[in-house]
Amino acid sequence: MNKLIVSPSPHVHSGDSVQKNMYGVLLALVPALAASVWFFGLGALIVTLTSVLACVLFEHLIQKYLLKKPSTIMDGSAAVTGLLLAFNLPTNIPLGLIIIGAAIAIGMGKMSFGGLGQNPFNPALVGRVFLLISFPVQMTSWPVPIAARGAYIDAVTGPTPLSVVKEGLAAGRPFSELTAEIPSYLNLFMGQMGGSAGEVAGVALLLGLGYMLIKKIVTWHIPVAVVGSIAVFTGVLHLSDPQAYASPLFHLLTGGVLLGAFFMATDYASSPMSKRGMLLYGAGIGIITVLIRIYGSYPEGVSFAILIMNAFTPLIDKYIKPKRFGEKPAVQKA
Amino acid sequence: MSVVLITIVTLAGLGAIAAVILFLASKKFQVFEDPRIDVVEEALPAANCGGCGFPGCRAFAEALVKADDISSMNCPVGGAPTMSIVAGILGKEAGSAKPQVAVLRCNGSCEHRPRLNNYQGAVSCAVAAALYGGETGCSYGCLGCGDCVAACKFDAMYMDEETGLPVIIEENCVACGACVEACPKDIIELRNIGPKSRRIFVSCVNKDKGAVARKSCEVACIGCGKCEKVCAFDAITIKDNLAYIDYEKCKLCRKCVEVCPTNAIHELNFPPRKPKVEKTEPEKEPVA
Amino acid sequence: MLKTFSLGGVHPAENKRSANSPVEVLPVPPVVSIPLAQHIGAPAQALVKKGDEVKVGQVIAQSAGFVSANIHSPVSGKVAKVDQIVDASGYRKDAIIINTEGDEWVEDIDRSAILVKEITASPEAIIKKIGEAGIVGLGGATFPAHVKLSPPPGKTCDVLIINGVECEPYLTSDHRLMLEKGEELLVGIRLLMTALNVKKAIIGIENNKPDAIAHMEKLASEYEGVRVQPLKVQYPQGGEKQLIDACMGRQVPSGKLPIEVGAVVHNVGTAYAVYEAVQKNKPLIERIVTVTGLSLARPANFLTRIGTPISVLIEAAGGLPDDTGKIIGGGPMMGKALTSTEIPVTKGTSGILLMPQPLASRKPVDPCIRCSKCVSVCPMGLSPYLLMPLAEKAIWDRAEEENIMDCIECGSCSFTCPSSRPLLDYIRLGKAKVGQIMRSRTATA
Repeated sequence: MNKLIVSPSPHVHSGDSVQKNMYGVLLALVPALAASVWFFGLGALIVTLTSVLACVLFEHLIQKYLLKKPSTIMDGSAAVTGLLLAFNLPTNIPLGLIIIGAAIAIGMGKMSFGGLGQNPFNPALVGRVFLLISFPVQMTSWPVPIAARGAYIDAVTGPTPLSVVKEGLAAGRPFSELTAEIPSYLNLFMGQMGGSAGEVAGVALLLGLGYMLIKKIVTWHIPVAVVGSIAVFTGVLHLSDPQAYASPLFHLLTGGVLLGAFFMATDYASSPMSKRGMLLYGAGIGIITVLIRIYGSYPEGVSFAILIMNAFTPLIDKYIKPKRFGEKPAVQKA
Repeated sequence: MSVVLITIVTLAGLGAIAAVILFLASKKFQVFEDPRIDVVEEALPAANCGGCGFPGCRAFAEALVKADDISSMNCPVGGAPTMSIVAGILGKEAGSAKPQVAVLRCNGSCEHRPRLNNYQGAVSCAVAAALYGGETGCSYGCLGCGDCVAACKFDAMYMDEETGLPVIIEENCVACGACVEACPKDIIELRNIGPKSRRIFVSCVNKDKGAVARKSCEVACIGCGKCEKVCAFDAITIKDNLAYIDYEKCKLCRKCVEVCPTNAIHELNFPPRKPKVEKTEPEKEPVA
Repeated sequence: MLKTFSLGGVHPAENKRSANSPVEVLPVPPVVSIPLAQHIGAPAQALVKKGDEVKVGQVIAQSAGFVSANIHSPVSGKVAKVDQIVDASGYRKDAIIINTEGDEWVEDIDRSAILVKEITASPEAIIKKIGEAGIVGLGGATFPAHVKLSPPPGKTCDVLIINGVECEPYLTSDHRLMLEKGEELLVGIRLLMTALNVKKAIIGIENNKPDAIAHMEKLASEYEGVRVQPLKVQYPQGGEKQLIDACMGRQVPSGKLPIEVGAVVHNVGTAYAVYEAVQKNKPLIERIVTVTGLSLARPANFLTRIGTPISVLIEAAGGLPDDTGKIIGGGPMMGKALTSTEIPVTKGTSGILLMPQPLASRKPVDPCIRCSKCVSVCPMGLSPYLLMPLAEKAIWDRAEEENIMDCIECGSCSFTCPSSRPLLDYIRLGKAKVGQIMRSRTATA
């Protein structure tokens, strides 16, 4: 007989692993990827492939040659970052920019803080925001869905519904008039609009969230808090003046709110640990998003909102603790 | 031009206001500190190891300045030279602590002490010790998870993969006692370095009865008492089936080393013995 | 809607392979070793020495304090020696080793199977008898039972909760006990109710044991004040605080005992032992032990004399499988890994679990990905992800602030962690250290 193993309890394990969670996220992103390929065709494929490969490669190179540690690319976390980065880029973006974005996302956003689980900010968003600020022109030219299928860099571009509405409202035109210039809510939900590769199809993202909830990869708290707070905030504004403010449904379906709420805000490392903290964090993201959209100069604000709330995560974790057992006062009989 | 001027004036003004505020604040909130603390701290080795029993050199310096009698206080890193400098600064009497070094009182290497179990918990001696006696039959010996190595701030320890035991690098050891503190089995002891770094000690802490100890480890002290009898200086005592050599009394005659039936007594830094004796000696163990 | 406790919890694979194996009486082994420390509190003091003749049921070691327990000889024969043996703690501890000769019992023990229903003893007499019989918490905690029956002054108990949850995977000893000794068990519960002077008792049973729930419900209808509470399967429901929460919706405050909310919890095994002690004058000399494992030939439940080496039980259950990697005393979540097969069964041994390779091995540790799953499953609402590094880096004051002492060591966090981090290993270490610091603080204050 072999030597008996001795270890402290527990002696069984759930079988859960980092890989299972990361590959689960990748699987949950497949519907959105399919939608992206359907609407943007070749461009979506090129951008996604480049981004994923570049992220995985950078992680491998940094771990092997810079940190001289065993490479952990098989855990799937770099691929998740790559895929999410791609989903946040327009599908006509030049290859070089994707690679720069990937280097920033992995190098600056993740590895410089110590790698997996240590990053204070969502790495994909770090890459995306870096590109957005450095290359505003390339990052805000949006291929037109379906029409741009066969093309990559030279795809036909057009405005996103969000920018149409933002500029229109700023020019003093009523919201009811502007709705005629943007796709119907159903089309918005199905994803037929200009935008980043993976953010357009709400229905696909919802499918992905459902999968992650069933597999217990994420809990409902952050997505619901983000979506809920945006809906409430924009709802109140819309009710106060339906012509000056866009409807809550419009805000939710456009500009990557769903991608952000379901996949970016729920990034393990950069979100709070307690349920109460998650709700607060989600609500913060929603409120900041609306503030940027309505009062800021960017038509879209989810990325910034998430990064800002990422910065608050340590603070939230410090002050908002999980609900403890015995917290509610003991019922002592009379 | 005026823009430049306004900028310079504004910034200079701001700077001046800030300077005044800082100056006032530093006057108002000034805490008086004995200037000797800084001088004493300078004299200390700045290792911040805590070997003196205080959290860092600064705290030790404060304590030294405050204390009336510093003869019982010692900086293990600097030793007597440092303490005499400090005593000079403060005009107090320095103690006469002899320089010490850590020794490992376990020689239960993989070869001498067969592993009976396979430990798979967290790699921490403290966790393992709370769980059970250890992978071998000896519940007193080294667990080999390296808490002492992790505690050492002076690169004076490493784990020997072959023996599964930590090794103390004497040149680097400052006798701060961090490893002694970290070891849940109390295996590491600080002992006087001794003349020419020569030391003799029992490399075992097993308190089991002789037969039990011998069964679990070839080189265990079995408490047979032969060393106690042969010692001419009353330096060796047997308690709980375990011999202990008092380093203050030991005259380094090495007689006990010769009589020990299990080679549990170790001698360090002695010149090799005459060939005749060496034949009966076992191969010299890799000792710490 | 089935009741359960309010926070966290996990659901490990149940694997109750021995659930349908009736309890078998294991033959008396030729040699028994009886450790003197089989309970929480001070080890008992040996009353016998080498060469003494003992009978079954005779006191061989005496309780050494208020929180301690008597130990009785489980066999008749001659004391071979009083020596140190390696017990379940993994250390050498004092034990009495007896060579069996025949099976001669102390005369006043009633060995018949006749059910004695009528309760004649006074509460004081019951508590005294339980103390004398050396009964400890048989669920695994081994806290002396008579101590729990003497509430501290100023506190009163209004509900007795009987733990028939058996939330540990694999184990079935309590399940079989409820099915086979239901009547005796209920008399034992009545005795405990009398001792505590309470009118209400709740038997909590998880609904993965529908037969036990049905059986106990049927029997309990004849006992006034006793009812069965079916519970949703959720680990660690068998934890005292969790069970009180599940059955009554009362949460025991941090650092307090169940009596704070007017409850006392006893295991079904303990209740049965109380019946035997009070009604049959039989001290705690044997218990039901589940012997199980995925590759074991014949998982079984044995009525085993205390002190029997586990090798005897394993042999009776079909022999040690070749692929055994780990032997656990107790369940897989909170049980203790044993270092050899020569370790004896003690009062707290609810099961012997043989874990086959490679299930027995721990997975390599990955970095924390802050997935927050440990926080979600913690039944006490703690932050294991934070407590582990605090304990690892010996930051004891912070660990205390983060309520490390609330941890019930259920292992849900380590079980769940996708990175297989040894969360509980370090938290347990931290609990010990912080406990020490807190005690020394109250001692000096």
